[in-house]
Amino acid sequence: MLKLFLKIIKTQKNIIPIHDHDLKQAEIFVVGEKIQDKIKKLFQGSLAIKQIDAGSDNACEQELVALSNSFYDVERFGIHFVASPRHADMLLITGPVTRNMAKAVQRAYEATPNPKIVVTVGDDAIDGGIYKGSYAVLDGVETIVPVNYHIPGDPPSPKMILCGLLTILETMDSKQTKLK
Amino acid sequence: MINLLTSGSGFFLLLLFYTLGAIGSLIFKKKDEWANGWQSLFAIVGSLWGIFFSISAFMTGDLSFAAYSSVFPLLSFSFHIDQLSAFFIFVISLITLFCSLYGIGYIKHYYKKYSISALGFFYHLFIMDMLMVVTASNGLFFLIAWEIMSIASYFLVVYDHNDVNNTKAGFLYLVMTHVGTAFIILAFLLMYKFTNSFDFESIQAQSVAIPVFIKNSIFILALIGFGTKAGIIPFHIWLPAAHPAAPSHVSALMSGVMIKTGIYMMIRLFLDILQPIPLWWGITILIIGSLSALLGVLYALAEHDIKKLLAYHSIENIGIILLGFGSALVFISLGNTLLALFGLGAALFHTLNHATFKSLLFLSAGSVINQTHTRNMEEYGGLIKYMPQTAFFFLVGSMAISALPPFNGFFSEWLTFQTLLQGMTSVNILVKSTFVLATGALAITGGLALACFVKAFGATFLARPRSTEVAHAKESSLSQLIGMGALALCCLLFGIFSGYLGSLFKNIGTHLTVFRNISLPPILSSKINFIAPNNFGSVSALALIVFLILALFIVVLLVKFVINRNQKTKIGATWDCGTNLTQRMEITATGFARSIILIFAGILRPSIQNEIEYRDSKIRYFPKSRTVTLRTRDIYRLYFYLPLNKFITTLSVRAKAIQSGSINMYVFYILIAVAIALFLS
Amino acid sequence: MMIFIWILQLICVPALSPLCMGIIKKIKAKLQNRVGASIFQPYKDIWKLLHKDEVISTDASWVFRFAPFIIFATTIVIGASIPLFASFLKNTLTGDLLVVVYTLALGTFFLALAGMDTGSAFGGFGSSREMTISALAEGCLILALFTTALSIGTTNLFVISNAGMLLSTQFFLSTILAFIGFFIVLLAETGRFPFDNPATHLELTMIHEAMILEYSGKRLALMEWAVANKFFIFATLGANLFFPYGIAHSVDTHAIVIGIIVLLIKIFILCAIVGIIESTMAKFRFFRLPDLLITSLILSALAIGLIQMQIL
Repeated sequence: MLKLFLKIIKTQKNIIPIHDHDLKQAEIFVVGEKIQDKIKKLFQGSLAIKQIDAGSDNACEQELVALSNSFYDVERFGIHFVASPRHADMLLITGPVTRNMAKAVQRAYEATPNPKIVVTVGDDAIDGGIYKGSYAVLDGVETIVPVNYHIPGDPPSPKMILCGLLTILETMDSKQTKLK
Repeated sequence: MINLLTSGSGFFLLLLFYTLGAIGSLIFKKKDEWANGWQSLFAIVGSLWGIFFSISAFMTGDLSFAAYSSVFPLLSFSFHIDQLSAFFIFVISLITLFCSLYGIGYIKHYYKKYSISALGFFYHLFIMDMLMVVTASNGLFFLIAWEIMSIASYFLVVYDHNDVNNTKAGFLYLVMTHVGTAFIILAFLLMYKFTNSFDFESIQAQSVAIPVFIKNSIFILALIGFGTKAGIIPFHIWLPAAHPAAPSHVSALMSGVMIKTGIYMMIRLFLDILQPIPLWWGITILIIGSLSALLGVLYALAEHDIKKLLAYHSIENIGIILLGFGSALVFISLGNTLLALFGLGAALFHTLNHATFKSLLFLSAGSVINQTHTRNMEEYGGLIKYMPQTAFFFLVGSMAISALPPFNGFFSEWLTFQTLLQGMTSVNILVKSTFVLATGALAITGGLALACFVKAFGATFLARPRSTEVAHAKESSLSQLIGMGALALCCLLFGIFSGYLGSLFKNIGTHLTVFRNISLPPILSSKINFIAPNNFGSVSALALIVFLILALFIVVLLVKFVINRNQKTKIGATWDCGTNLTQRMEITATGFARSIILIFAGILRPSIQNEIEYRDSKIRYFPKSRTVTLRTRDIYRLYFYLPLNKFITTLSVRAKAIQSGSINMYVFYILIAVAIALFLS
Repeated sequence: MMIFIWILQLICVPALSPLCMGIIKKIKAKLQNRVGASIFQPYKDIWKLLHKDEVISTDASWVFRFAPFIIFATTIVIGASIPLFASFLKNTLTGDLLVVVYTLALGTFFLALAGMDTGSAFGGFGSSREMTISALAEGCLILALFTTALSIGTTNLFVISNAGMLLSTQFFLSTILAFIGFFIVLLAETGRFPFDNPATHLELTMIHEAMILEYSGKRLALMEWAVANKFFIFATLGANLFFPYGIAHSVDTHAIVIGIIVLLIKIFILCAIVGIIESTMAKFRFFRLPDLLITSLILSALAIGLIQMQIL
C-alpha cells in the first residue's frame, strides 16, 4: 500500500492542455439544425454523454475511452459519461448503423429527454464510410435519428474529439480550456 | 345509559348481540343476501357497542360480576373486567368492526358456493368466545370459552373445504390447538391442587402458597400452552397453514386478535396472578421473543404465497410483543416497577398496532386474491393500475409493519427499543447480555421486515402484470374500501396520537395488582411526546409528521412550480437497451429474496430445483421452458414434530397389544386391578 | 439570533452536500494523476438537471413519480434534526437516534419501490441488492449508535454530542470499535466502495445506480442530491457523535463559527478517507458483503460489552 502511494506521488503530471488555437483547428460538420444558444448555455457547465455503438469497428470506441485517461481528462471540462440515455444530454453515436442496432438507436433517441444533442463520431457514422453500400448497414446515423453535429476522422484522435466537443459547446472563451 | 354502559348488563348486552347474530344467521339458510346482511349488521352493531363499553369500562375501573353459579361446585360463570380486559375488548371490537364492514362486500364472493349462514354462525360464535376468554375470571369457565373459540375458528378455517389443502390445514390447527389446551389444563390443575380453587382472584390471593418448583412447572406448561395459540417458535407450525386457508376477514381476525388472547392470558398469569416471579421467567420469554422475531421474518422472506408471508410476519410481531413483555417480567423480578410499567406499555401498544396493520394487510391481500383467484405472488404485478386504492392501503400497512414513521409501528418499536436499552444498563451480567442479544435481534428484524415488504408490495402491485388474470382485476367494492380505509386511518392516527395513548397504557399498568404501590406516578409520556424513563430519550409523533409533510410540501412546491415551471414531461417506454421487454424480464418475488435466502442459508436450508423442458427430448440443445423453484425446508416439522409423531405412534402400536380381544385376558385385567386396589387401600 | 442559527441548521445539509461529493471525486482524480472536475461540479450538474425535461416510463405509477420528493424531504428533515455545529439546540421532538435511523429507512423503502416500479430488469435486481444490504446495515447502524447512547445515557443526539468526552480514557476503546463499525455502515448505506461503485457503467455491478436508471430531469436531480445529503448526514453523525470536539455548546457567535469550521474540517477528513479507500481497493463480490456487515455487528456488540464492563 505504501509503495502504491509513493508511486502516485512520484508520477509526474502528464495532462495535455487545450488552447484556443487547438480549438480553431478542430473540424466539425454541422449536420441538420444547429443547436440554440440557450441550450448551449445550459450545457456549458456540465454535459452528460451517452455513447452508443451502432455496430462500429471499435476504432472510435478506443479513442473515446482514451478521453477519460489522465492525458486528455475530459472531466475537467465538466463532461462525463453516463450509463443510461435518460441521464444523458448528448448522444455520441459511432458506427454505420447495422440492421440489428437500428431499433436500439431509435429507442435510445426516444429515451433521452429534451433538450438533447446528437453527435456522430467517425467517418462511418456520417454515411457508412468504408462499409457504405453493404447489405448489413443502413449507411449512416442520419437515416435513423436527426443528427446535429459530426466529428470526422477514421478514427479521430482523442484531441480532435475533445476539441470538437468543446467547439460544439463553444466554451473556448472560458478559463477551463487554458488549464494546465 | 351510563349505568347500562358501566355495569355487567352492558357486557351481557354485548354478548347478546353476537348470540343473536349467530342464531339469526342460521335462520337464513337459503337466502344468502339476508344471511350476509344479518350477520354483518349484528357484527357491526355489536362491535360498536363493544368499543363504547370498553372505553367506559376503562374509565370507570374494575368490574366484577358473576353470571350465575352453576350446578358444579368449581365452575362459576364469573367475569372480571379490569383495565387490561377492557383494553383487549377494545382491540377485539375495533378490528371486528372493520373486518365486518369489509365482509359485507367480501362475502359476496362466497354466494352459491358455500353456506353463508354457517359462516355467520361460526363468525359470531368466534367473536363472542374471544370476548369471554379475555374477561373470564374462573379457570374452568376460561377453558370452556377457550375451547369453543378454537372449535369455532376451526370451522372457519375449513370453510373453503373444496380445496384439500385447507382441510389439511384445519386438521393441523385443530391438533395443535388441542395440544396447547392440554398444557393449559395441566397448568390450571396444578394451580388448583395448591390453592383449592379455580377462581383467578382466590388463586392470586394464595399464590404464595404454591411451592417454587410447582410455580416453575406452571410457567413452563402455560408458556407452551398459550405460546401454541400465540404462535411462538417452535409451536408455530399451524399458523402459516391455517391463516391462509380461512376467508380473509377471518384471517385478519385470527391473526390480529385471536393470537393476542394467548398474550393476554400470559400477562394475566405471569404479571398478575403468579407474582412474585423469579428472574429466569423473563429471560426465557426474552430469548423466545428474539428467536420468534428473527426466524419469523426470515421464513416470511422465503415465501411467495402472500397470505403465508403475512402469517409469518404475525409470528415475528408476536416475538416483538414478547420482547416488551419479557423485559417487563425481568424488571418486576428485579424490583424496578417503573421500568416494568414501561415494558408492559410497549407490549400492549404493539399489540394494538399489530392488530391494526396486520388486519389491514390481510384485508387488502384478500381483495387481491379475490380478483386474481390465486395466492401466488409470482402471478401478480401491475395491480396498482387496476386496484389503486387497495394498493394504497396495502402500502400504508406495509409502512406501518416495517416501523416507518409516521405510522404507528414505529412508535411501538421505539418503546420496545427504549425498554431494551434500559435493561442494558442493569447490573446483573446475565440480564445485560440477554438484553444486548434481544436488541441485536430486534434491530436486524426491523431491517429484514422492511426488505420483505418491499418485495411483497413491489411484486404484487408494481411493474407490469405477470399473468393474464391481472388484466381482469377490478377495484374492490365500496364496503371493502371503507373497511380497509378506516384501518389505514387508524394506523395513521394511532401513530400521530401515540403520546396520548402512552398515558392510557400507564393507566392499564397501574391497575394491575403488582403495580399498585408505585409511589410517584411515572411519566410515560407528556401530551405530545413519548418520554423514556431517566430522560433516556423522547420522540414527538406530531412534530415528526408535521415536519415531514411540511418538507415534502415545500420541496414539491419549489421544484415543480418554481424551478421547473417551463419543463415538460414526456411519457415513453422503459429503457430496455433496445430489446423488447416482456413480463419475464421483471424481477420475481423469489428472485428478489434470493440473495437474503442464500445469506441465511444455514438457518433457512434452501433447496433449489431446476426443471428444464426440452423441445426435443433426445437432442437436448434447445430448452422450451425452464423453471427454478426455491424452497426452504420446514425444519420444525422434519426434526421435531415428525419424529415425535413417529415415537408416539410406535408407543401406541406397542400399547395396542393389551387389546388382545379375548375375554379371558380382560377378566384377568379386572382381577389384577381389584388386587391392586385392595392392596392400596 | 436563534432564528438565524435555525435557518443555518436547516440549509446546511442540502447546501454543503454536493460539495462533499465534489471533494471525493477530486481526490480520486488527483490520485489517478488526472485534473478532474472542479469541486463545485455537482452543483452545476444539479442545476442543469433541474432545467431539463423528463421522460417517464408508461409502466410507472405514482410511487415512481413521488419517490424522489419523499426521499429528498426525509433527508431535509433528518438534516435539520442532527447536531451539525451546535449541540445546544435541544431538539427533544425529533432529535432521537431511532427517529434518524427509521426516517432514513423510509427513504430507502421508497427508493427500492421506485426501482421496481418501471419493470425493467436492472431496477428489479438493484432493489433486491439494495434491500439485502440495507436490511443488515440497518441493524448494524442501530447497534453502533446505541454504543454512544449507552456511554452517555440518552438516545437524544444533541445531548450525546454535548457530552464531548467520548475519547476520554474511560470509553476510548469502545468508541474506536464502534466508530469502525459505524464507518462500515456508512460505506454500505451511501453506496461507496467496497459495497458499490458510484461511477460504474456496468449495470450488472450496480446497486444504487440501477434503481435510478429510469429517472431523468428534475427527479434525477433530487435523487442525486438526496444521495449526497445522505452521505453528509452519515459523515456528520460519525464526526459529531464519536468525536464531538469543537461543537458549539452555547449561543455564542465565536463558538458557532468555530463549530462550523470544525465540522467542515471533520467532514473533509472523512471525505478524504473515503476517497483514498475508493482509490486503493476494489469493490467486493456481492456475497462477501454480508461478512463485512457481520464484522461491523460484532465490533459494535464488542464495544457495548466493553462499556457494560466499565459500568460494573
